[in-house]
Amino acid sequence: MILLFLSSGLFLGWSLGANDAANVFGTAVGSKMVSFKKAAFIAGFFVIVGSVVQGAGATRTLGDLGAVNAIAGSFTVALSAAFTVYWMTKLKIPVSTSQAIVGAIIGWNFYSGFQTNYHSLSKIVSTWVFGPVLGAIFSIIIILVIKISIKHSKINLLKLDQLIRIALILTGAFGAYSLGANNIANVVGVFVNAVSFKPLDLGIITLSGMQQIFLAGSIAIAIGIVTYSKRVMETVGTNIMHLSSESAIAVVLAHSLVLFIFSSQSLSNLFVNIGLPPIPLVPVSSSQVIIGAIIGIGLLKGGRGIQYKVLGEISLGWLLTPILAGVFAFFALFFMNNVFNQEVYKKADYSNVKKYPVPETVNNVIKANEDSILKAGLKSATAKIVRFDSSLKVDKKRTNFKNAMNSQKSGENKLKQKIKNQYYIILSLSILLFISLIGIYYLRIKYKNSTNLKE
Amino acid sequence: MAFLFKKIDSIILMINDFFDTIDQGTLIFKEGINNYLGNDKEDFSKNISRIGKLESKADTLKRQIINKVYVQSLLPQYRGDILRLLEKTDEILDKMKETLNQFDVEKPGITKDLHSEYIKLTESSVLSVESLIPALRAYFDDVGSVKDKVHRVYFYENEADQTGESLKRKIFKLKDLKLSEKQHLRFFAAHIENLSDYAKIVADIVAIASIQRII
Repeated sequence: MILLFLSSGLFLGWSLGANDAANVFGTAVGSKMVSFKKAAFIAGFFVIVGSVVQGAGATRTLGDLGAVNAIAGSFTVALSAAFTVYWMTKLKIPVSTSQAIVGAIIGWNFYSGFQTNYHSLSKIVSTWVFGPVLGAIFSIIIILVIKISIKHSKINLLKLDQLIRIALILTGAFGAYSLGANNIANVVGVFVNAVSFKPLDLGIITLSGMQQIFLAGSIAIAIGIVTYSKRVMETVGTNIMHLSSESAIAVVLAHSLVLFIFSSQSLSNLFVNIGLPPIPLVPVSSSQVIIGAIIGIGLLKGGRGIQYKVLGEISLGWLLTPILAGVFAFFALFFMNNVFNQEVYKKADYSNVKKYPVPETVNNVIKANEDSILKAGLKSATAKIVRFDSSLKVDKKRTNFKNAMNSQKSGENKLKQKIKNQYYIILSLSILLFISLIGIYYLRIKYKNSTNLKE
Repeated sequence: MAFLFKKIDSIILMINDFFDTIDQGTLIFKEGINNYLGNDKEDFSKNISRIGKLESKADTLKRQIINKVYVQSLLPQYRGDILRLLEKTDEILDKMKETLNQFDVEKPGITKDLHSEYIKLTESSVLSVESLIPALRAYFDDVGSVKDKVHRVYFYENEADQTGESLKRKIFKLKDLKLSEKQHLRFFAAHIENLSDYAKIVADIVAIASIQRII
């Protein structure tokens, strides 16, 4: 049953492997510098290692945003994100799994009535902007270092080619590791709070429950790489990125560094130790960081040939993807809950909600009665019940208990009312979104026709 | 580090050998023209035989280099440029061999007063080819210095053009030769002059290819 529910996350993983491995090995494979078999093996292996070893950081941030606590809910959230990615890809709007999953989690928060952690949300959204910018800065620095080193070393072209080949493999492996470490949160992060596995002892290492989920997700990514990424890699290498091998190294290394930085707990701790603010550990869009890095190379060459339209499309994706995924998730959770009768969230633990300290009061009343029964030294069950009943009849205690019960009920009513209000908000939002999507769809068709005419 | 370049070293050696062969070819060509003009038939025929061997060696080396580069998927971005460079450079040696053969077969009757002009033309043409070889080597070893080397090729090509033109004018001013003889001499002057034009074509290719590598 767990595997069935995990399937949506595994599908997300497969599509991530099929698409994003091209960011890491696309140029190398497309330009025939590295064979696809070699690239697929290295990428698959390092994605798994990165996910299992370093996947927890970014996953924790997603958990802070919204801890999906029922497996059917996790399944629906991941499925909604996957559907959003699929649909927007079909519409040819640039889309990121990271943004889709964040939107879907917020959709779950709205549906379940859990508070969205706006601090985490702002951290995540700011990283979406900083990721590509950081990618551009890193790629500029790296390409300058490479160019200066080549100029001063006066190495033979064939030897340089050999070194570039090795560098492409190494940066690709690092890229795959970082991709796994950072993006595994998108794939199976929503399942972490809903599923608990016992630690698995493999002899050399012991995998925690979370790591086992990461392992399953990363294997799905690796399968995506092996089965479907070849065509994407060849397209990326030959059609989209007309980069020299040196630039390809700079772009992939910049991308890998950005993904690594936003997923490394140790680096974040190091920052804190030297008095700097901690690094937010957030899943970032691999494709958007790559685009940022390529723009960095383009800027270094004087900014010629940069398609600024792509930047506009990315910004549109930042706005549209989470909203769409959130609305999909909300409705999908409604169906899952009411039509398929599945528990998509576990009710709020009131002990954590300071507004409703009711259960504590009820417990106190019960505990006080239990204490009095114990003190009285009653042994038979009937005597205990009589004593308990009589104690409840004491006006003061009874009033307390009634108040406590009423307060609990009013708490639940408030929660229901809140959910109802949010439901109406989402409904009206979705209508607005639907209208705006029709508009975007119309614009895209119009734009497509105009470019066809130009051609 | 050496183990990393084990496969590559043999190709680097072959490329260097190829350029050495072209360089030797230019020397033989110059010597051949001088021997023809000096009527040293024995040495001239030796020159023809040696340039033939060098041409065949260059052909073999070129094919081996291209085969290795493609089979081992080396230099995917630059192999198109490299293939063109090797082809065009090899053509220069082919033309040298062909010109010497034409001297041998057609035996043009070059009058003594034209000898110095022919020698000057040969020197300019050969110098343009000789200047090309360091530029070609620089494309592989020190791409930044290619542009510092190709300008010599353009200089000698220009000089060969001027010498060629003055030689042709001199040929057609000669009164004791028939028009057919003048045309025959002009034909040989043009052949020698053409070598510098071929060198210029390769210089253009290497200059553009080096810019592509630098950007």
